[in-house]
Amino acid sequence: MARVRAKDRMKNEVNAGSMADIAFLLLIFFLVTTTILEDSGILVKLPEWSDQPPDDVKLNSRNIYSVLVNANNDLLVRKNPMAVRELREDTKLFITNPNNDPTLADSPTKAIVSLKNDRGTSYKAYMEVYNELRAAYNEIWDEQAQIRYGKNYEDCTKAEQKGIRDDFPLVISEAESTSFGEEG
Amino acid sequence: MSKFKPGGQKEDPEVSTASLPDIIFMLLFFFMVVTVMRESELKIRVSTPQATELTKLQEKSLVNYIHIGRPTKNYQEQYGTSPKIQLGDKISDIEDIPLFLENHKTSVPEKLQFKITTSLKVDSDVTMGIVTDVKEKLRKSGQLKVNYSAKKRTEDL
Repeated sequence: MARVRAKDRMKNEVNAGSMADIAFLLLIFFLVTTTILEDSGILVKLPEWSDQPPDDVKLNSRNIYSVLVNANNDLLVRKNPMAVRELREDTKLFITNPNNDPTLADSPTKAIVSLKNDRGTSYKAYMEVYNELRAAYNEIWDEQAQIRYGKNYEDCTKAEQKGIRDDFPLVISEAESTSFGEEG
Repeated sequence: MSKFKPGGQKEDPEVSTASLPDIIFMLLFFFMVVTVMRESELKIRVSTPQATELTKLQEKSLVNYIHIGRPTKNYQEQYGTSPKIQLGDKISDIEDIPLFLENHKTSVPEKLQFKITTSLKVDSDVTMGIVTDVKEKLRKSGQLKVNYSAKKRTEDL
């Protein structure tokens, strides 16, 4: 008992004034070690690998939107040269086909965007083209969301998004690259 | 009680805190020496292209990074100037990708393994040849979720 009382009497407290310093040090330590590098990019889902060559499916050529990028980074869209800047609008027109043009896609569900590049195509050019194709789909989805629900695609519920995606499925098929301009 | 308090208040003896900063500094230096910055040094130059349709990658632990680019000046003597792949902190071959993916996979709980994304950090000057090879390897390894790392584009095309 006596010992406890003796302890009571000497109220020894560790000085809490330096707690702030400790906290600051920890803070600085974590600030230094953690990297605040945020990674963003275009998310894609690659097709599964199969050893068998793909079946030769006869597709109506009106439903195929072929985009070729050669080793000089030139663009050939449905056999016509095109600038990257026009690609987005043209893709949208092809998929939605608002005037039922017999040369454009039957329906959005049947539309296939086929992208083919050379091994010598620069990554920058490829990304520009891929980005435009994705942008075309994103814009279509956004427009549909506005028409159907009066809000942006991002703000739609999962089911609403799925409904739109089912009607306008994202099909960007990548053919095997040609190798005319491969660098050493 | 009072008989234990004879005459007058005793001065509270205080623990000296003067040496606390020193202790903390010692801790700090200890950590500074011991921790290895996991941020692996890039031996190749990677400047990702610009794009507009970006998605942010959420959980860092579920992402593995494959860098593709040309070796920087310091490493050109050793590796040449043609595009190379860097996995973790060393320049590797395409054949090393499956093992690299497998190693990363083991660090992720089984339930979350389907969420693993591979982030391709590719220099904009690289040609598609090597990228195509990497993509093919990823497909063969069953790693289908891929992110083409890119910066936000501000100006028009």
